[in-house]
Amino acid sequence: MSSARPSRLFRNKSAKIAAIPMIVTALFVFVGGTIWTVVYSFTKSGLLPRLKWVGLDQYERLWATRKWLVSIENLAIYGFCMLLFVFVIGFILAALIDQKIRFENTIRTVILYPYALSFVVTGLVWQWILNPEFGVQKIVRGWGWESFNFDPLYNADIAIYGVLIAGLWQGSGLVMVLMLAGLRGIDQDVWKAARVDGIPAWKTYLLIVIPMMRPVFITTLVLVVTGIVKIYDLIVAQTGGGPGISTEVPAKYVYDSMFRANNLGQGFAASTMMLLTVALVVIPWAILEFGGSKNHD
Amino acid sequence: MKWATNLLAATAIAAASNTSATELEVMHWWTSGGEAAAVGELAKAFDASGHTWVDAAIAGGDPARAVMVSRLTGGDPMGAFQFNHGRQAEELIEAGLLRDITDIAEAEGWKDIVNPTSLLDSCTVDGRIYCAPVNIHSWQWLWLSHKAYKDAGIDVPANWDEFVAAAAKLEEAGTVPLALGQQGWQQSGLFNVLMAALVPNDVFMSVYGDKDADVAGGEAVARVFKAAADARAMSSKSTVQNWNDATNLVITGKAGGQIMGDWAQGEFAVAEQVAGDDYSCLPGLGVTQLLSTGGDAFYFPVLSDDEQTAAQSELAALMLKPATQVAFNLKKGSLPVRGDIDLSTANDCMQKGLALLADGALLPDTNQLITPDTNDQLNTLFVEFFADTSMTTEDAQAQFVSIISSAE
Repeated sequence: MSSARPSRLFRNKSAKIAAIPMIVTALFVFVGGTIWTVVYSFTKSGLLPRLKWVGLDQYERLWATRKWLVSIENLAIYGFCMLLFVFVIGFILAALIDQKIRFENTIRTVILYPYALSFVVTGLVWQWILNPEFGVQKIVRGWGWESFNFDPLYNADIAIYGVLIAGLWQGSGLVMVLMLAGLRGIDQDVWKAARVDGIPAWKTYLLIVIPMMRPVFITTLVLVVTGIVKIYDLIVAQTGGGPGISTEVPAKYVYDSMFRANNLGQGFAASTMMLLTVALVVIPWAILEFGGSKNHD
Repeated sequence: MKWATNLLAATAIAAASNTSATELEVMHWWTSGGEAAAVGELAKAFDASGHTWVDAAIAGGDPARAVMVSRLTGGDPMGAFQFNHGRQAEELIEAGLLRDITDIAEAEGWKDIVNPTSLLDSCTVDGRIYCAPVNIHSWQWLWLSHKAYKDAGIDVPANWDEFVAAAAKLEEAGTVPLALGQQGWQQSGLFNVLMAALVPNDVFMSVYGDKDADVAGGEAVARVFKAAADARAMSSKSTVQNWNDATNLVITGKAGGQIMGDWAQGEFAVAEQVAGDDYSCLPGLGVTQLLSTGGDAFYFPVLSDDEQTAAQSELAALMLKPATQVAFNLKKGSLPVRGDIDLSTANDCMQKGLALLADGALLPDTNQLITPDTNDQLNTLFVEFFADTSMTTEDAQAQFVSIISSAE
C-alpha cells in the first residue's frame, strides 16, 4: 500500500476489471437493445426491421386496438389484486410461521414449493383444476352439491381472476420467505419492550414491525411488480388469452404482433409502452433507495 | 413412427461411412396423424435419392413460422421449409434470404404442368420463382358424421341450410351440432368459408382482393355475419382447441359436423373411415360448388454449402414428380398440383375436389390476398366474436369494415 490515498476509481482494481465484460454486455445488450427497439417502433417494420419512418402511426394504431386496451385493463386488474393479495397472504403466512411453531421447515418448504415450478406447469395444473369437467366443480358436485358452479376460465368476465388464483398460488411462497427473513431480522428486544408496554400483538406488527421492515417490503415490491408486468407464460399455458380475448396481456400482444402478425413495428411500439410502465415503477424506487445518501456503499 | 427410425439409422450410417450423401434439414408444421404420414412420403422419396432428410417438425403453424423466420434472419438457415405460399414470404424474398429456383422450375417445366397456374404465380416475385408448390388445399368443406345423424334419427344434411335446421335435433340427442376449435384461424377460416359459399363470388373478391370497405359493410356480408352467429350458437358446446380434436369429435359421432379444410380428410383416413359410408363431405357447404386454392409450398434458403445447394435442387425437383405427388397427396388429403396424373385411387371426397379443380370453379386463398398482419387482426376479431355471445353481428361487422379498410 502506498502512502498516498488511491483515488476512488482505482480502489478494488481487480474486481472492477473483472466486472468490465459484464458492464459492457449490459450496456450493449440492454441499453443498446432498448434504444434500437424504441427507434424501430417509429417505423413500418413488418417481418424484418426496416427504417421506413411512419412517426407515431404504430402508437395510434396500438391505442385504437381493442385487444391492447383489454390487455392493459387485464394487467391493471391482475397487478392490483396480485400486489394486494400476495402481500397480505405472504405476510400473514410469515407472521404465523414466526410464532415458533413445530415443523416450521416442512411447512415453509411446502408453501415455497409452488415457486419452484415454472409458470407453464402452474398454468396447466390450474387449467385442469379449474376445468368444470374434471376439476373443483366436478368434485364439489360429487359431494352432493349438484348446482355448484365454478368455471372461471370459461367465463369471459372473470377469467382473469382464474389466472390470478394460479399466480397467487405460485407467488405467495416467495413473498412469505422474504417477509419471514425480514421478521427474523427484527430485534427480539422490540417485542419485549412492546409487551412490557402492553401493546397488542397486531398493533406491534402494524405500527412498529412493518415500518421497520421497509427495505424488505421495497425489495419484494420490485420483484412482484416486475413479475406482473412481464406476465406471459402463465397466460399462454393456462388460457391462451381466451375465452375470446378476455385474458390477453401486453407481453402476449407484443409476441403476437411480432411473430404471428409479422408486424415488428407494432410489437416494438407495444413493448416500448411496457418499458415505460416498468420505468414508472422502478425509477422512483431507485431514487428513493439509492439517491440521497452518497455514503451508502 | 417407422420412417423416423429408418431415418435415424440412415443418418447413423451416413455419418459413419462419410459418403457423399448430404443431409438436409427440412422444417414444417405437419404433426397430426395424417400430416405426419404424408410428410413421411416426401422424406422416403428424398432418402431414396441417396440424400438424408433431417426432419424438424414444430407443432402449430404460428410457433413454427416464428422459429423459421428467426432462424433465417439470424443467419442459421435450414435446408428447406414449408410455408403457406402467398404473402407470408414476401419480405423474406425481398431481403434476399431465399433461393431463386427459376432454373429448376424451367428445367422441370413447372409452367406447363402446375394447375391451377395461380399456385406458381404465388411463388413468383418479379418473374422469378422462389418456391415449389406441393399441394392444393381448399377450405370450403363441411364434414358430416353419419353416426351423429343416425343417433339423432335424422337424415344427413345435403347443404348448409339443412345443417342449421338439423341442429336442434342433434342437441336433443346430446350431440354438438358443429365442432369448432377455439382458435382464431379456425374461426376466421369458417367465416371465410361462409362468405365464399353463401353469397355471390364477387363479394369475396371485393372484400379480400380489392379491400372494398363498402362491400365489407354491405348487405351481403351482413348475411354472412348472421350465418356466423348461427355457427356460434351451434358450436357453443364445443370446447376443444385443436382442429384435429374437433375433427375427432366428428369421427366419433360426438359432433354433427365441422367446417374445415380438406386436410381434415387425412384424419378420417387415419381413423379408417370411408367417405360416403362413415362420413360425408360437402364442398362449398353444398351451396356454391367452388374451392379456394391455397396450399403448401416449400422454400429454399440461400446456403453457402455447394453440396447442400445441389441437394436442395434435387429435393425441389422431386417434390413435383408424379410419383411423389400421388403418394404425398393421398396421405395428406389434399389435391395434387399437377393435373396430368392419375388419381383414380382417390376417394369420394377427393374426386369431388378434382372435378371442381377440372371445372375451374376456383377462388384464391385469403393467404394470397391479405397480409399476415390483416389476417391476425381478423383472427382476433373472430376469436372474440365466437367466444362472446353478447357481441352483436353489427358490432362485429363494424370492426370487420375497419380492418378491411386499413388492410394493404
